[in-house]
Amino acid sequence: MNYPKDLLYSKSHEWIKYEDKIVIIGITDYAQDSLGDIVFINLPEDGDEVEKGEAFSDVESVKAVSDVISPVTGTICEVNEELLDSPEKINENPYDAWLIKAKEVIDHEDFMNAEEYEVFLKKQ
Amino acid sequence: MGTFIPNTNKQRDEMLGDIGLNGMDDLFRDLPSRCIYNDMLDIPKGLSEIEVVESITKISKKNKVFDKILRGAGSYNHYIPTTVPSIASKEEFLTAYTPYQGEISQGILQSIFEYQTMICEITGMQYSNASVYDGATAAAEAINMCVDKKHDNVLIAETVDKRIIDTIYTYNLGKNININIIPMKDGELDKNALKDMIGDDSACLLIQQPNYYGILEDVDNIESVVHNAGVKLIMSCYPTSLGLLKTPGEYGADIAVGDGQPLGLDVAYGGPYLGFMATKKSMFRKLPGRIVGQTVDCNDNKGYVLTLQAREQHIRREKAGSNICSNQAHCALKIAIYLSTLGKEGFKEVAIQCASKAAYLQNELSKIGLNLVYKKSYFNEFVVKCKNRDDILKRLEENNILGGLPLDNDKILWCVTELIKKEDMDKVVNIVKEVNDELDI
Repeated sequence: MNYPKDLLYSKSHEWIKYEDKIVIIGITDYAQDSLGDIVFINLPEDGDEVEKGEAFSDVESVKAVSDVISPVTGTICEVNEELLDSPEKINENPYDAWLIKAKEVIDHEDFMNAEEYEVFLKKQ
Repeated sequence: MGTFIPNTNKQRDEMLGDIGLNGMDDLFRDLPSRCIYNDMLDIPKGLSEIEVVESITKISKKNKVFDKILRGAGSYNHYIPTTVPSIASKEEFLTAYTPYQGEISQGILQSIFEYQTMICEITGMQYSNASVYDGATAAAEAINMCVDKKHDNVLIAETVDKRIIDTIYTYNLGKNININIIPMKDGELDKNALKDMIGDDSACLLIQQPNYYGILEDVDNIESVVHNAGVKLIMSCYPTSLGLLKTPGEYGADIAVGDGQPLGLDVAYGGPYLGFMATKKSMFRKLPGRIVGQTVDCNDNKGYVLTLQAREQHIRREKAGSNICSNQAHCALKIAIYLSTLGKEGFKEVAIQCASKAAYLQNELSKIGLNLVYKKSYFNEFVVKCKNRDDILKRLEENNILGGLPLDNDKILWCVTELIKKEDMDKVVNIVKEVNDELDI
């Protein structure tokens, strides 16, 4: 498993990256591996509001449908629509296959760094 | 009659003894005494089989069974080949309830898979579910597939069966969905009203083909208005008509639904009927209910499984796309047998007979002055003006014929199926003429 040092992590297994005032969100290597082969993704739309702790997307793997929880409260400014046609990109490279970008972020969960996230995973 | 509880008293005593209880009352001793009814239930004594048959037969005689039926408006009296009841009543198929571990009943799953394949073939769509309860439920579920946060406005043609519209209202109670009825003009959807009412927040348009008055909607033009606005098109279809008419798939509809009753199910108040639902690839993950798929096991043997249920309520609970989690398996089986018996040519033949015979009756009625209310193309139902409407229907009833459905302002909605012969129609026309002559003197 791979957990890049330049990213932040949430307890519900999303990765978060700050780029100026924009927040990029995806799901972690652990999440994609637990889900198995992802066959479908439901994504929100540009302009939708997300709230921390609330689902903003769901991913369907060969095993089940799982919610993706937003680690921040803000407004979506970009959606990775490429994933709609090729959701398997999340399995192939979870840190390249971001789901949404959010702006005007006014609240967020307590994030972990890569090291803390790995410790957190061991306790799971 | 026999008892519903298969255990003998001896077996019951043994079981109670094994868990250290003295009697049945002991088993319920944890219940507060106020919850236990100690008196005898006020129900009649059991009946013998002969008595049961006698009393049920007596009740069934209250039904009026007509020799000939010229009424449709949602339920259609078609011929049911004897293969349908004969095969469907085989005990391997005729079970009391759904197998919860679906895969254990490969035969039932295969019958549903065949049903789904045939529904796709007759609708021209790519994906079908295993069916829902009836055509109205199917329409409501189809709307559910189209609505989202930004598209919460549902458009329904006024020419859709009112009972379907009522079901949609019931289905959507408590949801934040706006339902707007597009008015009709000359018996069909008013396309100008559609253009005015369609907007950015519109999710879908539901139309019925042929519509409630039997008329063929101008689906080609409706489809382009709807799709140019980025809105989904749902078509509720009379399945028998698909043997002759352009299919929802050919029109480019997004979802095809309808009541499967005309395909081998008896006309019955209260059903059981069946709602079919089929869609195209881009929407198949939103299809509610059960879907059966064909696959191979680890030894490469063909097998059937319940598939694509990831959004169902037994998996996603409150986040499920729908609360439908069962289907009309036995009705679906009957439909699969019906369609297999008819075959491609037979299916087409039924549709051609319905349309041709309806055209004959309409023409004969017009000769005696009963003219079409809407001069439009129709399939096997049409509305005529009959000034002595009630007298005509009464006289037909006396002759054991169920006439068309009375509509407001002295109108009758007639329906002709392959079960109506030329002599029958000539007789109907004579009776109508007779009544009119008598009353108009």
